[in-house]
Amino acid sequence: MARSLKEFSSKNHKIVGSIVDLAKKYSKEGADELVFYDISASTVGATVKKEWVSKISDVINIPFCVAGGIKSIDDARSILNLGADKISINTPALENPKLINQLSKEFGSQCVVIGMDIKTVNNKDYLFAKTGSETTAHSTGINAMEWIKKVQDLGAGEVVINSMNKDGMRNGYDLKLLKKLSSVCNLPMIASGGAGSKEDFINVFKETNIDGALAASIFHSGEYSISQIKSSLLEKKINIRI
Amino acid sequence: MTVAIIDSGGSNLRSVAKAIDRLNKSYVITDIADEIMKASFVILPGVGSAKNVMSELKKKNLVDVINNLKQPVLGICIGMQILFEYSAEGNTKCLGLIKGDIQKFDESTDLKVPQMGWNKVTFSDQRLKKFNNYYYFANSYYSSIQKHTTATSEYGEIFTSVVEKNNFLGCQFHPEKSSDAGEFFLQYFFQKS
Repeated sequence: MARSLKEFSSKNHKIVGSIVDLAKKYSKEGADELVFYDISASTVGATVKKEWVSKISDVINIPFCVAGGIKSIDDARSILNLGADKISINTPALENPKLINQLSKEFGSQCVVIGMDIKTVNNKDYLFAKTGSETTAHSTGINAMEWIKKVQDLGAGEVVINSMNKDGMRNGYDLKLLKKLSSVCNLPMIASGGAGSKEDFINVFKETNIDGALAASIFHSGEYSISQIKSSLLEKKINIRI
Repeated sequence: MTVAIIDSGGSNLRSVAKAIDRLNKSYVITDIADEIMKASFVILPGVGSAKNVMSELKKKNLVDVINNLKQPVLGICIGMQILFEYSAEGNTKCLGLIKGDIQKFDESTDLKVPQMGWNKVTFSDQRLKKFNNYYYFANSYYSSIQKHTTATSEYGEIFTSVVEKNNFLGCQFHPEKSSDAGEFFLQYFFQKS
């Protein structure tokens, strides 16, 4: 099975107007999956903007995951009906863990991705909620190891590990955190937060056994194309789809 | 020329429809026997579980309709699995068009189930080698190698990723999500007559 490269479209106001074009471009360039996050949705009690979901899904031919304030079976169904293949939940899962089980029963675990924003403080890894805005972000006090085991038991199909310590730093994925968490995780695990160079992708695939790497700004900025990153991974003999 | 996408009750038929659309073919999403029988091509998508899809098809009186189709039919994912005789998913009797059973990936090993992601597909027929590529999979159940297997993949063990018997073609992967390779594979289906 190939390891994958995922692209993430954020709700950055500068790029909102061209999200559909970007999605199409990434799909053509060889992204293995597109993740659309409306990171502010949970902070303001909203669900991800629906019109974007269908507009994006219409122009891409790769798996499509949508995240942002999905709090119920009905929220999830409407997003899936608009063309998403998976839904990713973060804060709503922390607030109501049973939701994971309900979603997995209703749509299958392959549909249910759990996003985790993790901050490491004094060597302990805590789950944060409502991280879309600095004013609402807060620690839940939940330990990441425990949470991974729990979401697994509740029927999640995939986890995305976002290191808040590394996010935005552009100096590499949080290899230590990823190694630690992958040792207790039997689900596909995706690394997020910190990609700033080709080497960062090579390192995360060489050093950990994660299944995919997610990145946003490195591609949005136009600094690297997905195909460039993929060629350098291939040069290092990392099993990836080209 | 119309493509009938059989509505077997699952929620997400949109991506299959859009993929057909991108190939400039007209389609109908339907559970009406007449429309299905009249179509030049039929797609059986299958979302959810084998049990649900089979019970929907029964409820809609479509089992015999499908079994008697003479035009090219493509079963995708669970749509492929139900072409076989039996699925262990919900202990389900399937259409029985192709000999063989569907079983679950072995979870007692390190294997992550469901299989989710891109996997290599290898065709055995020399003429079909040009379709060897990575395709996108999302499945917990699979068919082992059968008489009518035309392409295989490996996930814990070797399994059937494409099966073909007479006018019935089935793929375990999702061509509508498999980028250019998937589009190319769909074109292969639409060249059939």
